[in-house]
Amino acid sequence: MTTATSSRRGAVLRTTTSERGDRVLELEGRLDASSTARLWRDAMAAARAAGDRPLIVEAGAVDYCDGAGAALLAAIEEAAEQGGGRFELRGLREDLRELVALVAPSRQEVAPPPPPPSFIVRLGRSGIQTGRDLHRLVSFTGEAVIALASVIRHPRRLRMRDTVAIAERAGLGAMPIVVGVGFLLGLILAFQGAIPMKRFAAEIFVADLLGLSMLRELGPLMAAILLTARSGSAFAAEIGTMKVNEEIDALTTMGLEPVRFLVVPRVLAAMAVVPALATATSLSGLLGGLLVYRSLGFPTVTFINRIVDMVEPFDVIGGLLKAMVFGILVAGVGCLRGIETGHGAQAVGLSTTSAVVSGIVAIAVADGLFAAMFYVLGI
Amino acid sequence: MSKRIEQEPIIRVEDVVAGYGDVTIFENVSFEVLRGEVFVILGGSGCGKSTLLKNMIGLYRPFSGHVEIDGEDIVSAEGAARLRILRKIGVMYQQGALFGSMTLLENIELPMEEFTDLPREAMHRIASSKLKLVQLEGTEHRFPAEISGGMRKRAAMARAMALDPEILFLDEPSAGLDPITSAELDDTISRLARTLGITFVIVTHELASIYKIADRVIMLDKEKKGIVATGTPVELRDHCEIAWVRRFFRRETASGEVAA
Ligand SMILES: Nc1ncnc2c1ncn2[C@@H]1O[C@H](COP(=O)(O)OP(=O)(O)OP(=O)(O)O)[C@@H](O)[C@H]1O
Ligand SMILES: [Mg+2]
Repeated sequence: MTTATSSRRGAVLRTTTSERGDRVLELEGRLDASSTARLWRDAMAAARAAGDRPLIVEAGAVDYCDGAGAALLAAIEEAAEQGGGRFELRGLREDLRELVALVAPSRQEVAPPPPPPSFIVRLGRSGIQTGRDLHRLVSFTGEAVIALASVIRHPRRLRMRDTVAIAERAGLGAMPIVVGVGFLLGLILAFQGAIPMKRFAAEIFVADLLGLSMLRELGPLMAAILLTARSGSAFAAEIGTMKVNEEIDALTTMGLEPVRFLVVPRVLAAMAVVPALATATSLSGLLGGLLVYRSLGFPTVTFINRIVDMVEPFDVIGGLLKAMVFGILVAGVGCLRGIETGHGAQAVGLSTTSAVVSGIVAIAVADGLFAAMFYVLGI
Repeated sequence: MSKRIEQEPIIRVEDVVAGYGDVTIFENVSFEVLRGEVFVILGGSGCGKSTLLKNMIGLYRPFSGHVEIDGEDIVSAEGAARLRILRKIGVMYQQGALFGSMTLLENIELPMEEFTDLPREAMHRIASSKLKLVQLEGTEHRFPAEISGGMRKRAAMARAMALDPEILFLDEPSAGLDPITSAELDDTISRLARTLGITFVIVTHELASIYKIADRVIMLDKEKKGIVATGTPVELRDHCEIAWVRRFFRRETASGEVAA
């Protein structure tokens, strides 16, 4: 019985059985990566099918063999050994034989990977890890506060140029998107608000709804979330890359504390920029709402009057205050994730992702705390 | 002119055990570096040379042991004391570690900006002269990403010298350089050691530069987790009791061939 597999360029495999009952694999031509790939399945099937009968590979007609071919020969030999039969490689040219010996996987047993740790061990480890994370968070916050305080006492120690550049990138750069998102938000909110209010012929109050929710809540929230996406992630990536490139180490051995040098400018820039972004979001939201309001048949003056009536100064101030706190959180979390970055480019990606996720979580939590606080204070 | 090496040690490493997490990379490493000496740390890839360097400059805290620089313990120093020690040293990292957002000139000026009151013009002048010292004139306004790997290393060395430190730590300064630039860098190192009395601690594999610049060498070994040989390159080549160390200095492979 003879079956033949030939690969388009060069290599041919012929499987025969000799009259003595030996399984014979005849190989011919070029055994390179592409031809070996085509032969592999058939060759291995034939080798396994030999069972405990002797397996002979006739390689006299092989005129080229590289790492892939050598791996095939080694795999056939291994299959034969597992079957329990004798293996023989015949006729392979001397120089190729040397190559095969060099490339062939070592006969040594590869040590099995260590067994996965048990549930208890993993639980313990993750507990320790959480503890460490918490410790790092606390010490990072402490360091950042100390650095901020020292910069406030000695303003000359602030990297002014860096701070301005970061504020420009985080602030001016975000303006178009903040304005666009705010406008759409106002538009949607006004439409959605108008539907139930229409049932009570109370569409006029859409202005109240809009003024209060945009200035007090949605403006700061939206601005902070957009800052997280644009700048929180950028901070983590920038600092993370510096970490991977040993630049943080270099700063440290120059005696420049990374926190003062990298974190303080970013936190200050974010703190300064978010209130402006929040204001822009709110105002463009109101503009979007106004558009809907007018289409409901009310004049612009009514819109403005209602908002001025409804919105107290503290609503605006409180909103800006919240925005500032969000800014500090987002920048702080972004920088912390950056500094925590492990090794390699993949680690930078992880830090960036987790900067965004933790940033948004931090904003949500802080917003909840603010809501509770304002409620208790009766504002 | 032969240079002056004083018998007083400027760095003292005592029984240092160091590693990462729970992995110990080396144990009980002790040695002294004399003032004005060019001291070379040798060893196979991954045996912990960079780790040793980072423990010596106070970047990592050893598991145990002491590192003294100019008589002060860098492991426990904090605040102003630590800064005083750090001001005496300059470090060139294996990957260069230049600040990617700054030009070469700004990179070198940064430590001056932070620690001195020099006027901007003086900083420019000093920074350019440091670049010239490593044959990089004309690249002042390039960014690290715009120059080759070998150039980046030399720029990093220029930055390490910005504040004229007493000790320079160089992690593989000549890796990735062509033989001519590498030889010129060796000349620069010898010249700085001779004229300014700078102490050098250098990790390198370049046998040619070791013979040319090294006053003393220590050899680390991964298996032994520590120092296996100390001496001048010639001593180690001729008299070291460990065969592979002798072979290393003769540039021989285990089968007795002389590597190119
Ligand atoms: N950050 C790290 N975390 C964990 N292990 C590390 C870390 N850095 C290095 N190692 C390990 O420590 C050992 C020593 O590394 P080190 O970088 O000091 O070697 P080296 O002697 O400088 O090598 P090379 O000549 O290749 O630069 C290596 O086995 C490496 O895997
Ligand atoms: Mg190294």
